[in-house]
Amino acid sequence: MIQPDRVVQTTCPYCGVGCQIDLHVKDGLLYRVNGRFDSPVNRGNLCVKGRFGFDFIHAPDRLTAPLLRHDRGEPFAARHATTWDAALDHVAGRLRAIRDAHGPDSIAFLLSAKCTNEENYLVQKLARAVVGTHNVDHCARL
Amino acid sequence: MAGLAATLGSGAMTDAIANIVDADLLFVTGSNTTEAHPIIGLEMKRAVRKFGARLILLDPREIELANFATLHLRQRPGTDVAVLNAIAHVIIRDNLTNLNFIEERTEGFDAFAASVADWTPERAEAISGVPAQDIVDAAYLYAHARNAMIFWAMGITQHTTGTDNVKACSNLALLAGHIGRPATGLNPLRGQNNVQGACDMGGLPNVFPGYQAVADEAIRRKFAAGWGVPFETFGAKPGLTVTEIIHGALKGDIRAIFIMGENPMLSDPNLTHVVEGLDAVEFLVVQDLFPNETAQMADVVLPAAGFAEKLGTFTNTERRVQLIRPAIEPPGAARPDWAITLDLAQRLGAPWQYDGPADIFAEMATVTPQYAGITYERLERGGIQWPCPTAEHPGTPVLHVGKFTRGKGLFCALEYRPPAELPDEQFPFLLTTGRILFHWHGGTMSRRSPGLEEIAPEAEAEIHPDDAARLGVAEGDPLRVTSRRGCVVAAARLTRRSSPGMVFMTFHYAESATNLLTIDAVDPTAKIPEYKVCAVQIEKLGIRNYELGIGRDTEPSNPLIPNP
Ligand code: SF4
Repeated sequence: MIQPDRVVQTTCPYCGVGCQIDLHVKDGLLYRVNGRFDSPVNRGNLCVKGRFGFDFIHAPDRLTAPLLRHDRGEPFAARHATTWDAALDHVAGRLRAIRDAHGPDSIAFLLSAKCTNEENYLVQKLARAVVGTHNVDHCARL
Repeated sequence: MAGLAATLGSGAMTDAIANIVDADLLFVTGSNTTEAHPIIGLEMKRAVRKFGARLILLDPREIELANFATLHLRQRPGTDVAVLNAIAHVIIRDNLTNLNFIEERTEGFDAFAASVADWTPERAEAISGVPAQDIVDAAYLYAHARNAMIFWAMGITQHTTGTDNVKACSNLALLAGHIGRPATGLNPLRGQNNVQGACDMGGLPNVFPGYQAVADEAIRRKFAAGWGVPFETFGAKPGLTVTEIIHGALKGDIRAIFIMGENPMLSDPNLTHVVEGLDAVEFLVVQDLFPNETAQMADVVLPAAGFAEKLGTFTNTERRVQLIRPAIEPPGAARPDWAITLDLAQRLGAPWQYDGPADIFAEMATVTPQYAGITYERLERGGIQWPCPTAEHPGTPVLHVGKFTRGKGLFCALEYRPPAELPDEQFPFLLTTGRILFHWHGGTMSRRSPGLEEIAPEAEAEIHPDDAARLGVAEGDPLRVTSRRGCVVAAARLTRRSSPGMVFMTFHYAESATNLLTIDAVDPTAKIPEYKVCAVQIEKLGIRNYELGIGRDTEPSNPLIPNP
């Protein structure tokens, strides 16, 4: 049997049940998941997604660099990778320009039911306290 | 979850998953639990098989739970309120009500009783197709149970009458007093892993974190002080919902959209509209793990870290806050969403400083009463169910014990309204949508898992064998499914799970995006689009699957966007 470098307890990313899982890691790769028996939520059980669906994290098409495009018609493959500094300066500059020209309510933020509480909290705070708009929603009503 | 907020004062699942096995009656409606929430489905099956609980299923389809049900009420899609009103009618007519509970803990009973006086089981049968005797039996089973839990999911909220459906369930719980004790209550099963958390955190246009209304001046003052910004920063008017944001983009009112970790291109109703909306904005930023359909339209794409690559918390459907922990490094330059957001806020001039997710959580807990007593240190020892007001508080598995969040539970008189679009001569079939076990939501995660993709590789349209025979369709034949808004192609699957006249499709597959068909008529209160019901026509195509580019030989491709 493979000996893991690390076993990390975490929460299944798929559905709202929130099963507790152990991730087994070897050489930086996630290779096995098992359910935690000490969790009152799943008592060691997992469904097929939780047990076997984790390999998306190593999918070959993961984004690995910020991408910018120059004009609208440009195909996705033609976009060029850039640095975080360049990308975020660009985003901040454009958001500021649009807010100045059209007001804060011309900007909208869509949060995510897949991201953490901390991330959702921070983006809505960015929208409300920094940009100054309540145009904040997520796709969970869908 | 606007329905529950109105009747009880709080929109979350009122009970805990661990209590399911203690219920002696489970009432499940609009939730294909064994496929969408498998581990909760497992608990339900255990309650029935091992502990002798009874199960009432109110669902048009012959789903797996039907095999465990004492009673399966197969209503016509969109007629839930009629059936639920008639169950309430019988409970009142036959004196099955919990009078003490109604007297002490509820209001609005008399008006409600008058409103269901003419909702006889026979009238509901005529509308819904559910036999009157089954409605009577359901009323007795539910009201006579010692502890009964009601569950629902998007099957009940994704209608133009979604808020009414939820209120109708709430009426039943109040009539029988099945709420505020363990193994009872009203239990909406939230879809994605952190929907509950995203809502709790103020991911809604009308509330700050903790469901504190932006319209309330005292609340705005509190957040101005808590966040150290001038009071004038916050408007008093709620912002726009997703659907309104897309409409706003088309009208030119919305100029920029920032999207974190979502793929509205696949999950939104009436997809054509969304594509046009996203295309119309001046500036679109997408922060995600994958170059999904929405990212392909973006001006800037920011690579985010996945669940196994960062620290944070998720809140599950039973309000349990739980940690996620980093196990591996993100690929390349990808970073956690919180770090990206912090960096962007600083560039926009905000003096934010956070050491990491624990620090962000600690600040959030100071402005969010439900989370006030929760810390990372406590979460290290296990999840905690909110509300948890103080550091000593153990958390709250069961809501509304002794008192409802709003004080008294409110009965709501409900009129039955038929769905916005029903089958007619031109579009004779009723399309409803849902999930299957092997894939998740828009499929951005699960469809990148080779194992899951092998089991369920192509989009299917389930139709009844009688309809299939009439149309000359065999198992696996390519079907064109057309609505007033668009058309998609899917492989026919003949099954008695759906009734004649119905088509069932999932929304996991980009190459036949079901949401091209659905209607964006929304529930007036909750603004949830009516995914579950629309009218379509079906025809058999004379070509084979592979010629259409569906099936396991081809890569997913979006019908609207050329492949990269
Ligand atoms: S293991 Fe299955 S039931 Fe549990 S959280 Fe993951 S997807 Fe949901």
